[in-house]
Amino acid sequence: MTLRPILLVIPLLAGCASVEPWQRGILAKPQMALDPHPRRAALLAHVRSAREAASGTVSKDGGGCGCD
Amino acid sequence: MIGVSRAATWLGCAFVLSASSLAASPLPRPAPNCPLALPQGHSSIGGLAGKVVYVDFWASWCVSCLASFPFMEQLQRELGSKGLQVVAVNLDQKPADAQRFLASHRVTFPIALGANDSCAKQFGVGAMPSTFFVDRSGKIRAVHSGFRPGEGPAIRGLVEKLLAEPRRS
Repeated sequence: MTLRPILLVIPLLAGCASVEPWQRGILAKPQMALDPHPRRAALLAHVRSAREAASGTVSKDGGGCGCD
Repeated sequence: MIGVSRAATWLGCAFVLSASSLAASPLPRPAPNCPLALPQGHSSIGGLAGKVVYVDFWASWCVSCLASFPFMEQLQRELGSKGLQVVAVNLDQKPADAQRFLASHRVTFPIALGANDSCAKQFGVGAMPSTFFVDRSGKIRAVHSGFRPGEGPAIRGLVEKLLAEPRRS
């Protein structure tokens, strides 16, 4: 029972910080993106879906040569 | 217990974020007279009373800021004689980044370097770049967030409208 208040407070101290717009220089770097190469990833997803005739997990479904 | 803890985390985050993003007071409002290290002797926006001031908060890493520099230079060159003063306030966390940027992007309007975070907070900067249009009476009349080259004519129109207004006390 005595632990409960402590457990409630600890998450609040865990690092909820608002980053001001002018402090986002490092976050704006390309290497900070979740996907640093979005065009390459989109191409690979397109080729994979075409070759595997997969559907549902990527935007392009159905089969084909993957060349369009 | 985990559910309670998680809810407390979300509530805490929501409180912290909402407290930090309180909306700025409505327009028009007086421009904060925060100290600025301007090269031409003016130490604040208040020192430019009687002019229409285009206050632009920028940083060297911001791509839109880079795009806005030629526009601001053109604005200053063409409308400076009518009473416009462009002031660019740098918000780089490392001053060397700003110096490097300015070495390759020469401009004639004054640039306030140094620690300007407090000034940005007082103005209520919410995006990079943020532009505040201060009229001849020292009041912020409009705020523009971001910059796209296509927005230039609309911004210029707003500046010309402010320049055409007489100074009010």
